[in-house]
Amino acid sequence: MTHLGYLLGGWGVAAVLLTVYAVSVVRRGRALSVSVPEDQRRWLTSQNPTDG
Amino acid sequence: MTNPTSSVATTGSPGSRALGLATLLGLVGLLVLAFVLTEPDVRIHPSTGQEIGQFDAVRLLYLHVPMAVITYVAYSLAAFASAGYLIKRTPWWDVTAHAAAEVGTVFCFLVLVTGSIWGRPVWNTWWEWGDVRLMTTLILFLMFVGYLALRRTAADPRVQARRAAVVALVAIVDLPLVNRSVEWWENRTLHQKSTLGELKIEDLTLFTLMIGFLVFLMVFAWLLLHRFRVGWLTLAAGEHQVAAAIKERRAEADGSEVASAVGETS
Amino acid sequence: MKSLLSEAWLVASKDLRIEARSRVLTNQVAPFAVLVLVLFGFALDADQRTLRMFAPGLFWVAVLLCLLLAVQRSSAVESADDAATGLRMAGLAPAAVFLGKSAAILVQLLVLELLLTAGIIVFYGSSVKNLFLWLIAGLVTALAVAATGTLYGALASGLGVRETLLPILLLPVLAPVLIGATRAYDDALGAAAVDGWAWTGLLAMFAVVASTLGALAYGALVED
Repeated sequence: MTHLGYLLGGWGVAAVLLTVYAVSVVRRGRALSVSVPEDQRRWLTSQNPTDG
Repeated sequence: MTNPTSSVATTGSPGSRALGLATLLGLVGLLVLAFVLTEPDVRIHPSTGQEIGQFDAVRLLYLHVPMAVITYVAYSLAAFASAGYLIKRTPWWDVTAHAAAEVGTVFCFLVLVTGSIWGRPVWNTWWEWGDVRLMTTLILFLMFVGYLALRRTAADPRVQARRAAVVALVAIVDLPLVNRSVEWWENRTLHQKSTLGELKIEDLTLFTLMIGFLVFLMVFAWLLLHRFRVGWLTLAAGEHQVAAAIKERRAEADGSEVASAVGETS
Repeated sequence: MKSLLSEAWLVASKDLRIEARSRVLTNQVAPFAVLVLVLFGFALDADQRTLRMFAPGLFWVAVLLCLLLAVQRSSAVESADDAATGLRMAGLAPAAVFLGKSAAILVQLLVLELLLTAGIIVFYGSSVKNLFLWLIAGLVTALAVAATGTLYGALASGLGVRETLLPILLLPVLAPVLIGATRAYDDALGAAAVDGWAWTGLLAMFAVVASTLGALAYGALVED
């Protein structure tokens, strides 16, 4: 395949960065979930944590 | 201080896991299409008879173009949510704006990088100053880097939310001006030379691009969902900490002192 | 409307009076402006022909760097002794405060542009071929950056990181202004064959949008 280096570079950077970002978001979520009591964890309800 | 809970402490949910699975499958499908089933871009020069074209570098476009579209989707959402926040002033809009902006910036960075990597074999340069789309995307990226920097400052959440919303909206308003000024500046643009229209867009190429849009939309949705939840939890954690601190302080003090201080008669 | 302008005048004259007394513009910012021109001279190998070709761009980069200082100063004035609260309690309309502060920065920038023009004439061998274009483009650009700078000065204030946050917030937004002003001055100084007046039109539009948006947003920002 021609330009294989560029292909691997491009797709590789995208794969790595998106994976790293996804992992960091999930980890942040885990860490935060632990410090918030379960009843306040629901994000689909209309319960606003703070007043606008 | 952790509370014993019965549910697993994570931002995942059955819905997000299903989405994640579907996304991974989609990515596999896209890779098969992009690398195996589609052909490289090879054309015959009309006069010299040589083989010209992007050859296999075209496979980068199945990554770069969908991500570019998603970047605009993300930033549009961020701007919309910022406006929504300024009008409605509820945290949901603010958290959405922040999440969309952050995920959008990740995509924007990748668009610039993959574009540059694609440009090297095809345009023979890593960067081109006169190209309108390139310049506009770069400025857009820088503006939202500033937005994210503002978001990380320690400030009252409402103050930060308001300022960030203004920054996002001014950035979006500025964008057409950036575009127009670069367009006037250099009329020649490499992006024009190699528009999608010039590629032999056969059915499979177009189909792969469409699959690419769909798959990266799913990636964006998954990341946005989780990032939104992180933002929401951040707010909740802050609130909870304040409440817990107040509770602790009250427990420390003598019961009757506190009661008389707040005017309660017992 | 009349009270808006008179309130703005009040704020502008206050800022300018503070400036006149402290002389930060004359003692610090102006020398800095000249210093920037000199640094460019060193960096670009001090060939006058090259410098003359790039003078418009270098000129406006110098202006933008000075703008950062002027805006920092303008918002620092408000944080000293909690002066901002005093302004709010005086019942001045936020839009008036915005316009007043922008006007004060505008005046300072015009002075700096005058100085910098003398600087590029002396150091880079530039000459003003079209005086009228030089004047109008200079005025309009100063207006555009003063308004934008004032807005972003408020956005970056009170967070303890203003010095480092302001540039990254403000400068990308001013990219079209830098492009436009450089092309306008390319024409005014005869450095390149471009339509300076068309660019000045774009700059004027930017100035109007910036002033309007700024006046509107300033209120939303300072309310509690």
